[in-house]
Amino acid sequence: MKFSEAWVREWVDLDISSEQLAEQLTMLGLEVDDYASAGGDFEGVVVGLIESAEQHPDADRLRVCKVDDGTGELHNVVCGAPNARAGIRIPFARVGAVLGGNFKIKSTKLRGVKSDGMLCSAAELQLSEESDGLHELPASAPLGVSVKEYLALDDHIIEIDLTPNRGDCLSIRGVARELSARNNVPHTPPQFSAVTVKHQDTFALEVAAESCCANYVGRVIKGIDASAATPLWMVEKLRRSGIRSISTAVDVTNYVMMEFGQPMHAFDLDKLTGGIRVRCAAEGEKLTLLDGRDVVLDSDTTLITDHQGPVAIAGIMGGDSTGVTTATKNVLLEAALFTPLGIAGKPRRYNAYTDSAQRFERGVDSGLQHQAIERASQLLIEISGGDAGPIFEAGNETLDRSFADVPLRRARIDKFLGIHVPDDVITDILTRLGIELVSTADGWNARSPSYRYDIAIEEDLMEEVARVHGYGNIPRTNPGFQPEIGKSAESELKRSRIQQLLVDRGYQEVVCYSFIDQHAQDLFSPGQESLVLSNPISSDMGVMRSTLWAGLCETLKSNLNRQQSDIRLFECGLKFVQQGADLEQIPCLSGLVAAVRSPAHWSQKTMAADFYDAKADVEAIMKLANGTTFSIESASHPALHPGMSAGIVVDGITVGWIGTLHPKLQKMLDLSQIPILFEIELSALAQAKIPAFTEISKFPSVRRDLSVTLDSEITYSMIEECVIRNAPEILKEVRVIDVYTGEGITKGLRSVALGLILQDISATLDDKKIDSAMSRILNGLTDDFGATLRT
Amino acid sequence: MQIDELIQRARSAIDEASDLATLDGVRVEFMGKKGQLTEMLKSLGSLPVEEKKAAGQGINEGKRQLAQAIEARRGELEAAQLEERLASEAIDVTLPGRGQVTGGLHPVTRTIQRISALFADLGFTVAEGPEVEDEYYNFEALNIPAHHPARAMHDTFYFDGGKLLRTHTSSVQIRFMENNPPPIRIIAPGRVYRCDSDMTHTPMFHQVEGLLVGKDIAFSDLMGHLDMFLQRFFDQDNVETRFRPSYFPFTEPSTEVDIRIGGGKWLEVLGAGMVHPEVFKSVGIDSQEYSGYAFGMGVERLAMLRYGVDDLRMFFENDLRFLRQFN
Repeated sequence: MKFSEAWVREWVDLDISSEQLAEQLTMLGLEVDDYASAGGDFEGVVVGLIESAEQHPDADRLRVCKVDDGTGELHNVVCGAPNARAGIRIPFARVGAVLGGNFKIKSTKLRGVKSDGMLCSAAELQLSEESDGLHELPASAPLGVSVKEYLALDDHIIEIDLTPNRGDCLSIRGVARELSARNNVPHTPPQFSAVTVKHQDTFALEVAAESCCANYVGRVIKGIDASAATPLWMVEKLRRSGIRSISTAVDVTNYVMMEFGQPMHAFDLDKLTGGIRVRCAAEGEKLTLLDGRDVVLDSDTTLITDHQGPVAIAGIMGGDSTGVTTATKNVLLEAALFTPLGIAGKPRRYNAYTDSAQRFERGVDSGLQHQAIERASQLLIEISGGDAGPIFEAGNETLDRSFADVPLRRARIDKFLGIHVPDDVITDILTRLGIELVSTADGWNARSPSYRYDIAIEEDLMEEVARVHGYGNIPRTNPGFQPEIGKSAESELKRSRIQQLLVDRGYQEVVCYSFIDQHAQDLFSPGQESLVLSNPISSDMGVMRSTLWAGLCETLKSNLNRQQSDIRLFECGLKFVQQGADLEQIPCLSGLVAAVRSPAHWSQKTMAADFYDAKADVEAIMKLANGTTFSIESASHPALHPGMSAGIVVDGITVGWIGTLHPKLQKMLDLSQIPILFEIELSALAQAKIPAFTEISKFPSVRRDLSVTLDSEITYSMIEECVIRNAPEILKEVRVIDVYTGEGITKGLRSVALGLILQDISATLDDKKIDSAMSRILNGLTDDFGATLRT
Repeated sequence: MQIDELIQRARSAIDEASDLATLDGVRVEFMGKKGQLTEMLKSLGSLPVEEKKAAGQGINEGKRQLAQAIEARRGELEAAQLEERLASEAIDVTLPGRGQVTGGLHPVTRTIQRISALFADLGFTVAEGPEVEDEYYNFEALNIPAHHPARAMHDTFYFDGGKLLRTHTSSVQIRFMENNPPPIRIIAPGRVYRCDSDMTHTPMFHQVEGLLVGKDIAFSDLMGHLDMFLQRFFDQDNVETRFRPSYFPFTEPSTEVDIRIGGGKWLEVLGAGMVHPEVFKSVGIDSQEYSGYAFGMGVERLAMLRYGVDDLRMFFENDLRFLRQFN
């Protein structure tokens, strides 16, 4: 909300600077967003009168004006404004005046005609963003008086950003009340007398029980002169509130809204038929709004209608056909109370974030409607004449607000806030805020005023005390507590440890969006159900990812495009697996390798990292998570190369994948390199083994190598399993020394050379024991796989 | 031949030996089994007894001297050889090293780890929760009923059937309090989502939620802890903090916290407040017996201020040239 600082100071007499006032507002929770001078940066501009305006001899669009600036001397000024005409008073920048801080007005010649000074528009004086002609001043404006003085521009426009609970501060009255409490001084509403009722005309009024209208107060004012100009002081106050002057009746309703916080509406009575009915919309009912838009209404929306149809969306925006115009004679003023619940959500739905909607959505003072009608009547009649009728009203008693006593315990305030606030400070603060207090044995009973919608419990009252007393006055303390050693188990493998391992092995962590393109999803997880966002930011962020690979590949691509190479990436995050009604949100660790095995070095040839490089990283992670037994088994995944992919399996359940990206996907993703990918569910990586000592043999170990030729289909893990199963206990370790196919080996077979480490715990191994072990191992391989010893 | 002459000859040969092999040859020539001195010693038998003793002493003395000279020469030659080897083995130590270079954590992770570590000192542990949430945990249990104006501020992403992406990690508070009695000290870092994307908003970002519940926890404790945290996080001696009244439906009183470094502009860094009794009620904690505070901070915001990043969107573009600056 924007408002004039001077206007607030009319309500509350403050002995503080403008800067202090702004600072106080922010520290009261009424955050000052902007704070600017009410007028532009100009000097030497006075009220002038155009005595005459003649056509410029050599320019169609220019006029030559004689301007009286009160000095008795007429100044010749050439002016291009369309409204430059004799008889109007305008801001006149004399020769020597300075506009916009540094634009100096000089005597000059325009198309051969002398021009001494400049006639100004509102925009040129920075009173508005734009303007389409000279800023016309009232005929009463005294000639020669400084415009700054005349418009009382020694003021600031303050813009505050209000939190949704503080609808009561959406008015000068509300802001003044806060400052009054903060400075412990009274605030004084403007004094005015209720108008005399001159006729008895009312207008038929019905309020439907299911509408959100708690109260509807109306008054008929007959015979106004709608062409009467809104007084300058009102125009200026509205301007400083960010509201444009439209017509007297509209200006008056806006003024009262700014002054007291009551949104009002003025209907042209002669355009209404029969009477006012406040009711819910029929589904699909239509209305053309003041801004010219046609909207289709929902049945949960309360309307103001006459006996022909809708004339306004209650509390949000009026209709086009019944608004006041300069031809309006008779006015129906409305000051109603609509419930926040009835308005909530509608401004968004109808895209009508009006000042009125903003106030009703947050809650308008439920005791304000009569006062607002009186104030508006007084102002309107003062400006435009007319006769007031009696106030009439109708409402929904069921929507009346009730105000219960809220106990406020003296002892709890200190304990809860951590500061002792003296009794008189508490009562001053709350009373100035309009909260009624009654003393009790242990404190007070408090009752919320009708303009507050956020005072319901003791904590709300304590917040008011803390807020107005000043958060800055509360000490910063540290609660005492019993220290306790944490409960984390030694076997718990922390995610940060795994992340650090990958970092140390050359990986860069990335964070990709959790929502991806449906097409990418279909590439990586074909045939899988997707969790689709109803309101995505864009279609390429339309579904929740079912694998982190899509993001990693996208990241690879964008970085290759940025001429980056040697890329190892990983990400930790959730993947979303939807199966029918069930959604699983699975924390995963995913990696991507499109890199050289080891960074280029002058001493060696660079080699591209392959499956086994990535596998070593996965194995290193599995080593950390050695509380779980993993196996890596050949398996196919739709996104991976069928001959270079494996499942990571725990107890027969696949918990992850590793493999080379399928060349088909590489092409579709338009990647210039083919990455190796892995993904493991983090729940499988949570347990580390607690070390358990085993005795170290004092006897030497021996190594025997064994080279066998067998069918290529026999995997190494099958070979290893067979060796371990057949070997006696003295086998300590199996190493692969060589894997060979090609010349000398029959097609379809391969040669595998193993290095076997043997050691006994109780004696030095003799040849007999060693030979026996080796032949058991070889026999096993021969029996199971038809392996032959290669010599 | 006289012993002296022999010794003299041997000495010259030793001195002339230019390598260890030659020197060993000299040793064999004079002192080996068939060496000249050895032979001379053997020939002592033919001397008369009275001369034998003196001659024997002379030869042995010569032998001792020669052995000493050979050792000395060997030492010299070995030293020279080592010298030569070392010279030949010299490398350019300024050439770069070989092997894997380390990668790095994403700045968001780095920042979350730092925040977690700082709060761990105060006894806070880390809690997590799901990102696809329902209305209850994200809104209702946090005292944000349907149609509450605060919902409009959240720009929520929805799915069919009423599920949504959590708009804050405050939902973790509820899940944690449902399952754990006070006292509670947790922080909940994680991804959050808002349907908003422009220069200063990304549809996904990270928050760290904090929750402390105990007996007699006061608003002043919230201020003390958050002030301490911000001082340590920014790690400078000219950090000022300011607590400003604000509004969140799930806390009462509520505050925004601003910092100012070196007398610059006040910058909003986090929101906080005392846990609202309605929130306690929804998880079955008696707000007369317990009180507590909660806070929520934007991780990217803190990282931007800490590391001088000026564009939020950089965090999610995953440009390696950006990410590697944090390694």
